[in-house]
Formats: sequence, C-alpha cells, structure tokens
Amino acid sequence: MPQTLYDKIWNEHLVHQQEDGTSLLFVDRHLIHEVTSPQAFESLRTSGRNVRQPNLTLAVADHNVPTTDRSKGISDEESKIQVDTLEKNCKEFGIQLFDMNDKRQGIVHIIGPEQGFTQPGTIIVCGDSHTATHGAFGALAIGIGTSEVEHVLATQTLIQKKSGNFRINVNGTLPIGVTSKDVILQIIGKIGTAGGTGYVIEYAGSLISSLSVEQRMTICNMTIEGGARAGLIQPDKKIFEYLKNKPMSPKNENWEKAEEYWNKLSSDVDAKFDKEITLEGKDIKPMVTWGTSPQDVVTIDGKVPNPEKEFDIDKKNSIQRSLNYMGLKPDISVKDIKIDKVFIGSCTNGRIEDLREAAKILKDKKIANHVSAMVVPGSGLVKEQAEQEGLDKIFINSGFEWREPGCSMCLAMNADKLKPEERCASTSNRNFEGRQGRGGRTHLLSPAMAAAAAISGSLDDVRKYQN
Amino acid sequence: MQKFNSLKSIPAYLPIVNIDTDMIIPAQFLKTIKRTGLGKNLFYAMRYDYNGTEIKNFILNQKPYNNSQILIVGKNFGCGSSREHAPWALLDFGITCVISSSYADIFYNNCFKNGILPIILEEDKIKELSEYSKRKEEISVDLKKEKIIFGNSEIKFEIDPFKKKCLLEGLDDIALSLEKEKKIFSFEKNLKNTKPWIFND
Repeated sequence: MPQTLYDKIWNEHLVHQQEDGTSLLFVDRHLIHEVTSPQAFESLRTSGRNVRQPNLTLAVADHNVPTTDRSKGISDEESKIQVDTLEKNCKEFGIQLFDMNDKRQGIVHIIGPEQGFTQPGTIIVCGDSHTATHGAFGALAIGIGTSEVEHVLATQTLIQKKSGNFRINVNGTLPIGVTSKDVILQIIGKIGTAGGTGYVIEYAGSLISSLSVEQRMTICNMTIEGGARAGLIQPDKKIFEYLKNKPMSPKNENWEKAEEYWNKLSSDVDAKFDKEITLEGKDIKPMVTWGTSPQDVVTIDGKVPNPEKEFDIDKKNSIQRSLNYMGLKPDISVKDIKIDKVFIGSCTNGRIEDLREAAKILKDKKIANHVSAMVVPGSGLVKEQAEQEGLDKIFINSGFEWREPGCSMCLAMNADKLKPEERCASTSNRNFEGRQGRGGRTHLLSPAMAAAAAISGSLDDVRKYQN
Repeated sequence: MQKFNSLKSIPAYLPIVNIDTDMIIPAQFLKTIKRTGLGKNLFYAMRYDYNGTEIKNFILNQKPYNNSQILIVGKNFGCGSSREHAPWALLDFGITCVISSSYADIFYNNCFKNGILPIILEEDKIKELSEYSKRKEEISVDLKKEKIIFGNSEIKFEIDPFKKKCLLEGLDDIALSLEKEKKIFSFEKNLKNTKPWIFND
C-alpha cells in the first residue's frame, strides 16, 4: 500500500502495537529545557528510575535566561533556581547541556538543527509545542507535555495514536517582499487554529521545495498554530548540505549510510492523504495579525474586521473580544496601526537569514523616534555569525538593541516583556492575550515587515522599502 | 496519578472559544519546579485586576463556581503552548473534568496524565448543559458508564479505552511501557545495526 512520509517514519519507529490502538514509538532525539523538565526529573527520582538513553538527549536553558549582560548570572531568584535545577539534573543523569555561557546556547529549536542533532527520518520530541520546527528536516517532530518528557526519559519511547495525513501544497515562487512567515500565516488564516487538529501536515509543492532550510523551519515551526500534531517536509539536497559537517551529524561511513537512507524519505506518488489543500505563491502577500489568535491574519493592505459583519455568534464575540483587547476599531486600515515596540527573534524567526532580511531593510535607516526595538538572536552561534557579517552594527545604528540569545519576549518569561497596552510588531509565533506581557498587544509578522514597521513607526508594507 | 471515577458538581461555564494555555496559566508562573500550587493563578489575567484584586464578575471568583469541579468551555480549548502547568493549575484549583466541543491535541493528552477527564460533546449539548451552570444545578459525570447525568436526562460521551482505563485505575503509563522493556531493548539493538548514525557510534 502506498505510504506518506509520516506513515513511513511512524512504521520505522514502531516498538509495539498495543491492542487499544495506541503505539509505542522509539524516540531518536530528545531535547529538553529548564521549564518543562524539572518535574519530570523529580518524578524519575521519586520512582527510582533512570534516563534510558542520555546520549540521545540534549539540554539547553533558553526560556528563562536573561538577554542582557550575563556576567553576573541571573538576578531573578525563581529563574535562577530553574536554570540551576536543569544543570543539576543533567549532571546527575549524564545529559549533555549547553549552559547559559556556552557559545552554543540558544533556543532549543535553533540549536538542534545547528548542531546536527536534528536529522531526517528521526522522531524528535521536546517538552515544547514548537518542536514542530524540526519537521523541516523530514523528521517527525512532536511537542509533548512534562509527563511525556518523563516517559521518554525513562523508556526512550512515546505512546501515540496515529494522526491523519494532511497535505498542504504551495506552488509557484515567493513574490518580492513575501517570506515563508507570510506563507505560514496565510495557511493558518485559511485552515484556522484547529484546522490541523488530529493531523500531521506534510508541506509540499514547488514553492516549498524552493525555500531554504531556514525558511522551511519557519513554516514547520508554526504548524502547531494550525493545531496539527506535527508538520514535515520531504528532505532534499539542501537539507543534506546543511547537515554536512555539523558537530553532531553522522561522520565518515555513517554519513554515507545516513544519506543513502535519507534520500529514500518521501511520500509515495500515489499515497493517500485524508485532507489536502493547495495555495498559489502569487496569491500570497505580506501578512500581519490584527487579533489575539494566529488565525486573525490580514494582508498588509487590508483592514481590521468588523464584528457587525459576522453572522456566526461565536466568531462575532471572538472578534469583539479581540478588538477590545487589542484596542482597535473595526474597519481601520492595518497600516494606520501605530506601534511602540519591535521584537525580532524567537524559534520562528531568530536565525541568521531572518536577521539578514531585517538588516537589509534597516541598512542606513533609523527607526521611528517613538519606537523601541530589540533583536534577540536565536543562539550564540547565530549571534556570532551576525557579528561577523556586521549585522549587529546595522541594527544598533538604526536604533535597535542587540541582545543575548534566548526565547525572550516571545513568551515574556524573563524580564523582556510588554507593559499593559503597549503594542508590538513581533516576529514570534503567538499573539495570544498576555503572551508578551499582561495587557501587551502583539502583531505577528515577518522579520522584514518588523523592520519596516520599526522605521515607519506603524505597521507598514515592506515592499515600500524594497526595489 | 489520582483516579477519576465519577463526580457531581455545579459546572462553571466559560463561553470563550480558543482559550489557550497562556490564558489558563501565564508564563510568569512557569518558573516553578513543582507541579502544585498553581491553582491560585489559574486564568490569572481574567481573574485578577492589575492590583491583584479578584475581578468580581469572573465566574470562578463567584460562589458556587469557585468550588466547581467541572468547567464547560468553548471549542479548541487548551490550544498553544504544551505547558503541562495548564492541567496542573486546573487540578490545583479543583477542576477535574472539562467539557468542550474540541481540544488542542497536546493539552488533551496532558489532562489524562493528571487525572483530569476532558469530555467532548457537540455544541448543542454544551448549550444544554450550560443552562445547569446558569441555574446553579449539579450535574454528574460517570466515566465508567461514559455518561453525564443531569435533571432527568443523560448524555453519552465517548472516550478512548486505554485512556479510560488509565483514569479509572490511576495507572502509571511509564510502568506499563516498561513492561515492554524487552521489545525496546531489541528495537535499540536492531537500530544500532541498521542506522548506526542514530547512536553516533
């Protein structure tokens, strides 16, 4: 029977098919961080269990670390306890950790690929919903809860029920000023935040294949915003070239064997998908969100919706609630929305190509006087690379702050957060109420669009700054 | 894990769709290294004003809903972050049963690991049950029989047999998986031969 890529990876990892319809799957790669792992380790200890495969596990502190000067350590007592606990747990159970002062430290979903820990055809899990990012490598990457983290630590397996197959085809080429962030925002707008619930999404089509490895990561990353269990893309030469010579990539004859295997990873031509949609690249424009759900998207030349024009009562109430929270009036042009802050970073858009895209727009320009803006590179290595290319100077000269790597204002766990009613143009992944700080108002967009917003002082069309 | 068998409670009705886990428990409360103590911060931004004072008209701040064990909510409940702190906060507050027309996958799975029963019902049934919340009348949930009993009527709900068993018996699924240890071991052994790069050997 013809199979999808998801079917194939699933079958390759099946340890045991249980009678109740669930399956025990082998986990090849387990990433952990300080926020969702302490309770898992604590339970391991109290039940006298060990970590089964510490060598298949990699740890990093990212959610709760400061992005300012780290020489004095972490001043927030609770954050410090959490980061110290991760260090203690890794030492006790023999797990490799990139600590806060390690150059390789960064956001868990950025360092996995960067180190070659993320590999095609594997099952990768992490106690974080944006684990979906790693699907860009043709891996089945699943976000899990803390109890499941404990299960993986103890057994190196995960109990799962098979999801449906959903293929999203994107054909054509990216128009000027349009990025993979705009593609995924448009997809989420189209399918809704629950549109992928119960499915694993495979992204396919000529536009997807034309994307760079990093652009693919942005697409897969936000798969969870569409509710799907995971999102993946068939791996190709670009992926293999990216992985070649990375510190944790296969070496020598293992590389040959791995590449031979990776080359076979694709959905069969006649594989059956339970759901399928197709988008055309030429129809995609620069996107922004206006509301408090990632599905609340509009093109940059669009308007804020009017709840009075909505007949569905749930949708009407939901639009009204979002507008109240966002402090926006119906029917205004999104380009008239004035912003206070700009955040460039996160596991969605904190990689080197993202910084290059933003820097290209900001070069020789100043950000608006009333705007305060920051760049938080996704990892120490991204930061170093950007500095070698002089991108830090471009950001600083335009008026941005240049910070240390971490999750930062994407989720406002550390000191980087919005004040009530502050409005932010953000390259992150969630515009939920309070996500970037209580009462804070988030507009999601691409790094280039964030740069354009910083210069204009309001949401703006990046194409204006491009030739 | 604590068992779930049946319960009787006046349900609290929160008619908001797409309630995300950031709303259930905001990020500032994730700095804990414990599972307990999160109940006081459940739905923090809806429950307290900027001074930390309870907002009177929020349902969980009102009697008798501050003692509700059943929460009825809009569709796609628990979307967003995978944080298990969301079910921990519900549990710590005293809520052990959620009723919605749909849930986000990760949250749904997390509930079962913590003795919380998430029930899926059609929208019209939810509207019907919400009347009991408004009238402050109790409803009963019976997991074994897979039904909700209210007034003189009852509604059947469906649940995966494995998840049902785990809840009813309070089973530790790690212990169950470790019973398959031999299978895991032989899988690993085979993997070392067929895909040696996985172990970096």
